[in-house]
Amino acid sequence: MTLRYTKEHEWVRIEGAVWVCGVSAYAAEQLGDVVYVELPARGRSVKAGAEMAVVESAKAASDVYAPVSGTVADVNDALGEAPQLVNEGPEGQGWLVKLTPADPGEFDALMDAAAYQAFLKDL
Amino acid sequence: MRYLPLTDEDRAAMLARIGVDAIDDLYIDVPPAARRAGLVDLPLAQGELEVERWFRQVAGRNRAAGAQPFFIGAGAYRHHIPASVDHLIQRSEFLTTYTPYQPEIAQGTLQALFEFQTQVAMLTGMDVANASMWDGSTACAEAAIMAARVTKRSRVILSGGLHPHYADATITTAGAHGMSVVALPPAIDNEAQVLEALDGDVAAVIVQSPNVFGVVSDLAPIAAAVHAKGGLLIAVFTEAVSLGLIEPPGAMGADIVVGEGQSIGNPLSFGGPYVGLFATRESLTRQMPGRLCGETKDADGARGFVLTLSTREQHIRREKATSNICTNSGLCSLAFTIHMTLLGAAGLRRLALLNHERACALADALSAISGVEVLSGTFFNEFAIRTALPGGELVARLAARGVLGGAPYGRLRPGTEFEDVVLVCATETNTEDDIAAYARALQEVLAP
Amino acid sequence: MTTPTTSGSRGLLQAEKLIFEIGDSDRSGVDLPAPTPRAHRLGGLARRAPLDLPGLSEPETVRHYVRLSQRNYAIDLGLFPLGSCTMKHNPRLNEKIARLEGLADIHPLAPVSTVQGALAIMETLVHWLTTLTGLPGVALSPKAGAHGELCGMLTIRAALAARGEARARTRVLIPSSAHGTNPATAAACGFSVDEIPADARGRVDVAAFRAKLGADVAAIMLTNPNTCGLFETDIKEIADLLHAAGGYFYCDGANYNALVGRVRPGDLGVDAMHINLHKTFSTPHGGGGPGAGPTVLCAELAAFAPLPFVVREGESLTLVEHREDADQAPFGRLCAFHGQMGMYVRALAHMMSHGADGLRQAGEDAVLNANYLRALLKDHLSAPFGEGPCMHEALFDDAFLEGTGVETIDMAKALIDEGYHPMTMYFPLVAHGAMLIEPTETEPKAELDRFAAALIALTERAKGRDAAFFKAAPERAPLRRLDETGAARKPRLRWRPEGPIAMRTAAE
Repeated sequence: MTLRYTKEHEWVRIEGAVWVCGVSAYAAEQLGDVVYVELPARGRSVKAGAEMAVVESAKAASDVYAPVSGTVADVNDALGEAPQLVNEGPEGQGWLVKLTPADPGEFDALMDAAAYQAFLKDL
Repeated sequence: MRYLPLTDEDRAAMLARIGVDAIDDLYIDVPPAARRAGLVDLPLAQGELEVERWFRQVAGRNRAAGAQPFFIGAGAYRHHIPASVDHLIQRSEFLTTYTPYQPEIAQGTLQALFEFQTQVAMLTGMDVANASMWDGSTACAEAAIMAARVTKRSRVILSGGLHPHYADATITTAGAHGMSVVALPPAIDNEAQVLEALDGDVAAVIVQSPNVFGVVSDLAPIAAAVHAKGGLLIAVFTEAVSLGLIEPPGAMGADIVVGEGQSIGNPLSFGGPYVGLFATRESLTRQMPGRLCGETKDADGARGFVLTLSTREQHIRREKATSNICTNSGLCSLAFTIHMTLLGAAGLRRLALLNHERACALADALSAISGVEVLSGTFFNEFAIRTALPGGELVARLAARGVLGGAPYGRLRPGTEFEDVVLVCATETNTEDDIAAYARALQEVLAP
Repeated sequence: MTTPTTSGSRGLLQAEKLIFEIGDSDRSGVDLPAPTPRAHRLGGLARRAPLDLPGLSEPETVRHYVRLSQRNYAIDLGLFPLGSCTMKHNPRLNEKIARLEGLADIHPLAPVSTVQGALAIMETLVHWLTTLTGLPGVALSPKAGAHGELCGMLTIRAALAARGEARARTRVLIPSSAHGTNPATAAACGFSVDEIPADARGRVDVAAFRAKLGADVAAIMLTNPNTCGLFETDIKEIADLLHAAGGYFYCDGANYNALVGRVRPGDLGVDAMHINLHKTFSTPHGGGGPGAGPTVLCAELAAFAPLPFVVREGESLTLVEHREDADQAPFGRLCAFHGQMGMYVRALAHMMSHGADGLRQAGEDAVLNANYLRALLKDHLSAPFGEGPCMHEALFDDAFLEGTGVETIDMAKALIDEGYHPMTMYFPLVAHGAMLIEPTETEPKAELDRFAAALIALTERAKGRDAAFFKAAPERAPLRRLDETGAARKPRLRWRPEGPIAMRTAAE
């Protein structure tokens, strides 16, 4: 189990030393057609729950919060030219940020896929 | 009451349909103590004739600019407006419509805005322009705030040549944002003075050309210096016609260009409504305040226009918006666009040349008078003069002789070394007789 | 819909390109005398950058903009029920008066002795606004509603600073139903925003409000009537609690049209309120401005009102333009010159035309028209927040569309085909899929009946499972639905030279 979700509909996946983050398929669906993604600078440190990125559709803007604390190791530059990747593959090629985690313990506190699906049912 | 179509019979029938006895029943949520039974203490309704009569009488107590030789500028300029401009902006479909939120039935407004944005970008030499701001001074304040957003710094430096009202509006508005605004003392010909206050923590320097004293400056060295420190150059103009003749700020390295567009298409109207112009580089587009119109296609593939990038705006971003502004200056921007279309590049250039020529002729006529010093070494259509009299007194004495001869600098910023300076402007509306009348009156006023 | 025409035009609707595609930089619709050659005094800064602005002759220009105009809906064409926007008739007398030479052709820096009439208009406007609102001070200069909000909140900040509490009071309470300008304005003044929830009646939840009060609260920003079109029933209690806790009451006056002549905000405990002259007092919206947002102030706040203002000295009037000349403590200057004089003139002409009696009648008719529409529509659409009367606008949500596949935006676009400008959609956020309808007092009963019939027919069609019809709408407007996503992904914000003008630039 290397994938976890937050109540704010972000996901985080362990890929070796870095953890990849993005918005869930549910969140992408709610946002509608994404037109622009504002990403953090590489090297910036973020705290779990703090604003990390902004995802915009034509009529809405939604803050994306860091699922865990860490340092921004990489961002998905492909979203600059193709923001629709967030809609097409929210949990794959539409990833937003790669973090070097500050506290590996934060991961286990998040929901796994089954718990997140159950959480969505109750919304 | 001529504007209210409901009859008493309508009202009774409507109340019955709603299921209440009286209009008062619709105000039951208002605390009883605040429900006023009687009329407020103001005059009763009047017919068109009576209202117009009152305003004509009051307007008669003003001296219209066109009623005598007139030479006041300093941020608001008297130009001829072609008759078709006012006719077109009074068309119902432009005058009585709202912000184009429903693009399928607002292509008239939207296409005109797209044309406006393009004209402003061309005029200023910038990549993109927004759909207008309230006026030049508020555009200047918003530019300072935008620079802070872009650079993540909070200090701006204002040149001493910046129009004092623009400086004050920026101090108030950017100051409210928590920015530190450094306003340098007035200087007639030293926009580069801002560089003396420059350090590695400056969000932007704000300079004006032609400045409030009329002086035209090369902004390229200023741009280079501020860019080297990681800050932005904000260039201001108050006379849009000047850009027909002088090098635009965009070609001299400005990052944000803001100015007053009143000169093109809009009357003096005692200071408002005017139209703020706001242009920047493409890379900074998403940090701009204000509305933006963009090109797109409809479901059948036809070209159309929509308001776009609205996630920057308050109705979506609320407290995180780039600005709190909601309206632009729609109808004034339309007047600008129509007048600019009538002019075209050739017409604008000729208009600008005429303005410059009249101002040169006026400067020559005034500087020939003993006791008059023209302080502006370069200028477009306005310049500063100094005499032995306080500026306010000089202007008052000229007015008594039937000439509105300029704006005292001390009226814009009292208590400086320029209390004896008057800002004088000539446009295409001034005739040779006007200029001769001014020279005559000034000679009389200054005669020993 | 129909076979395309060769010309691209459709009957009265003429195809029209951009000026950049039909004009050229040597053509002009203005005849100016040839300048006489003389040495420039531009310090070597003559324009070298290309200037490709296209020009057109006068007949071409007139035709171009008349053709564009015909693609716009307007209040002069029909009902414009855009909630929260107060699209009422714009009297042409006001336009005529604003163009009198003695008002349009006067300079803001002309000696005050030569503009006594202009100052008299400002003084008279102040008298009407203070009398109508029951608040003794007015800052005239704000250029729009949002500017008026900024003015009001900066006045409050200055008053707090004078009390030595500017650092202590940093939180502003704003209901969740507020206009977006309110939180944006509070943030622009350095305040933090704390949202107050609405209760089941669509009003401020007073218990929640009370719980949020504290020594760090600077103000509340409350719209009344609120954006659900409802009078804030507990407004006096809210004001009293707030004042007891040391905060100020900022009222967003966007919806003042419902109250004018009948309820004075000063009697409700309001300390500051902007008035959208372009809403309540009918200055034209002009496709998005210019507006004007004079801000009325209680006596305590009036001392901090911004520059400039008009004062009477015996028989004559003068302008106070500098702190040094002010008896009190203005917080600064919001803009160049003296504000939106052209709008003052129009608004005052509106007020004088209506008089105390007509303004009260106008407010009543606005409320009556909204309640009448609500009565006609409420069994067909779904109205949140109970059965009580509304004020000047009627709010519906999208519960009646549940399961139809039709959404609020589809109803709006279908209304376009019926010849109406849609209502405000998706605002306020407290109602799901909101539809906010504001008819204003200048609509005759027959227009309301006709509009209601059209809207009811659409609701029946929606409930009859005809989603495809709605998704295709509008089909009878100048354009079909526009691709707003595409516009935002690849913004094209200006025309770029690709044709003849570009070639000419290269040749130069």
